Amino acid sequence: MKQNPLSFQLKLKPEDFLPATEEEKQSQIVMRESVSFWKDGMRRLVKNKVAMVSLVVIVLVMIFSFIVPAFYPYNYREQFKGANHLAPMEYSAEEQARIDAGEKVFPHIFGTDKMGRDYAIRVMMGSRISLVVGLIATAIILVIGSIYGSVAAFFGGWVDLVMMRIVDIIYTIPDILLIVLLSFALKEPLYNLKEVPGFGWVGVVGENLISIFIVFALLYWVGMARMVRSQILTLKESEYVTAARALGVSNKKIIRRHLLTNCIGTLIVTTTLQIPSSIFTESFLSFLGMGVAVPLPSLGSLASDALNGINTYPYLLFIPSALISLIILSFNLFGDGLRDAFDPKLKH
Amino acid sequence: MLKYVAKRILLAIVTIWAVATLTFFLMNMVPGGPFLSEKAISPQATAALEAKYGLDKPLIQRYFTYMTDALHGDFGDSLKQRGRTVMSIIKMKFPVSARVGGISVLVALCLGIPLGCMAALKRGKFLDSLISVISTCGIAVPSFVICTLLLYVLGVNLRLLPTMGLTSWKHYIMPVIALSFYPTAYIMRLMRSSMLDVLGQDYMRTAKAKGVAGFWILFKHAMRNAILPVVTYVGPMLAYTVTGSFVVEKIFVIPGLGGEFIGAIGGRDYTLIMGTTIFLATLIIIMNVVVDLVYKLVDPRIKLK
Repeated sequence: MKQNPLSFQLKLKPEDFLPATEEEKQSQIVMRESVSFWKDGMRRLVKNKVAMVSLVVIVLVMIFSFIVPAFYPYNYREQFKGANHLAPMEYSAEEQARIDAGEKVFPHIFGTDKMGRDYAIRVMMGSRISLVVGLIATAIILVIGSIYGSVAAFFGGWVDLVMMRIVDIIYTIPDILLIVLLSFALKEPLYNLKEVPGFGWVGVVGENLISIFIVFALLYWVGMARMVRSQILTLKESEYVTAARALGVSNKKIIRRHLLTNCIGTLIVTTTLQIPSSIFTESFLSFLGMGVAVPLPSLGSLASDALNGINTYPYLLFIPSALISLIILSFNLFGDGLRDAFDPKLKH
Repeated sequence: MLKYVAKRILLAIVTIWAVATLTFFLMNMVPGGPFLSEKAISPQATAALEAKYGLDKPLIQRYFTYMTDALHGDFGDSLKQRGRTVMSIIKMKFPVSARVGGISVLVALCLGIPLGCMAALKRGKFLDSLISVISTCGIAVPSFVICTLLLYVLGVNLRLLPTMGLTSWKHYIMPVIALSFYPTAYIMRLMRSSMLDVLGQDYMRTAKAKGVAGFWILFKHAMRNAILPVVTYVGPMLAYTVTGSFVVEKIFVIPGLGGEFIGAIGGRDYTLIMGTTIFLATLIIIMNVVVDLVYKLVDPRIKLK
């Protein structure tokens, strides 16, 4: 057959259809392990020095606030007579006498506060409270925000309109007003709930702390919901969603298995960045005197208490301030690292 | 365009109404009242006070009375500050907060946008790392920490600046630094990341290939597109900042609206809470509409619907 010299057709010979030899097969085997989304992300995350350092800092702060107090010789509410306002590493007269008598006394590393309580253990407890609030409040926000946002985006139309108007309204009310009013409103029901059998844990955790969780959960899911909604709005137009729908997958399953899993990168990043912002808000509230109840300290309330003695005892202010800044900074940097590692748009 | 604005205003009115209603009922549901905390006040006097301000009437009736009055522009008298209307309190306190807040926002914009752009242009260089470190730290430090640090270093230790009040320009320096710290850092970050995004776009290369001068590329092509996220952020932020930050006002003893608001919530000054909330909500909503319109102005491709 005469061939057109300009033809684009493949010139196939009968030999091309022979089975491949062993040698040829060998060359086709992929030696490199397939890299999953997670592995790829983790690899990039581990390479990121800043993120790793902040992770180490976060772990250290957690050890400092959750494990160290267990075997620390002082208690956060224990008051020592005559030990008011000791400078760091200073001993009270009574302790000095005991040291002279040959006894070993654990030093007050950060000194003591005006009530004669060891400041180091108070700072540890304070950062424990701040971390707990940050983590739990964020978990609640994540659940509410992602469900709300995905439902609004997935169903669209008037459902979306109404749900997003509610978000706008919550967004518009000054949050400080809602926080104060809600925590006042929640005080009594929570106090009564404590007495109900089976709800004794409310008293153990502290009504104030629980009311902070509830208030945060009611208020700050708004940002998360907006974020998730905008993601899902684009994702739901993808072919695989159409395919899933054609196969008769239920709405609930599409949202859970296809949509939310596909924006998990954004979810993780937003969550990590939400933690410092929750800690931030808690410390701010405690600073205003609306946070956790005394004698439980939080980093914000410690800083607030120290404000009055700023001239004479500046270290009482600097220690909690520095620690809270450090916690927020390392969570922020770690969140940034996560985003760089897991956001597919930033891959290259 | 006109239709869009009309629709937004209608929606805004509905939102403000919803906010007001929600606040009204929530506020009244919370235990405690405006006249409970006062010392040495007989039950008769409390009853008389409550009758004077109509607090003895059923809640729903009070709601309708308040709403009708509010629609006529009458936000009532303050319950705690005798002889002052809510309007006069807002009129007196708002300008104080607005001046401090306005200057802070200006400072944040004037520092944040150029520095963010510079960081993006010098990506990976020393300047970029420096600016990134500053902005990350700026976001991590809570405002009360900055306030107290400033107070300790500049006010107490060095005695450079006065620590309380707002009588001379010197009084403004510390509150403005404290208030503009976070927004500056945030704007820097926003500007840097959106600028990096824009610099990688095809139209930037095209513009460069066409031989547009460097300065014009930066202003007309890059800045104009990169500034949109900043506009979104600045709108609501402006509304919040000009109405006063409670922490800053407390620490520097500034007689502003923020402190007044917190005081009103603590003392259950119902009318003052309502007045300030409606005021703040209105401001935020107006800012949001303005942001959308500015969007349209900056980026003509955006269709408002």
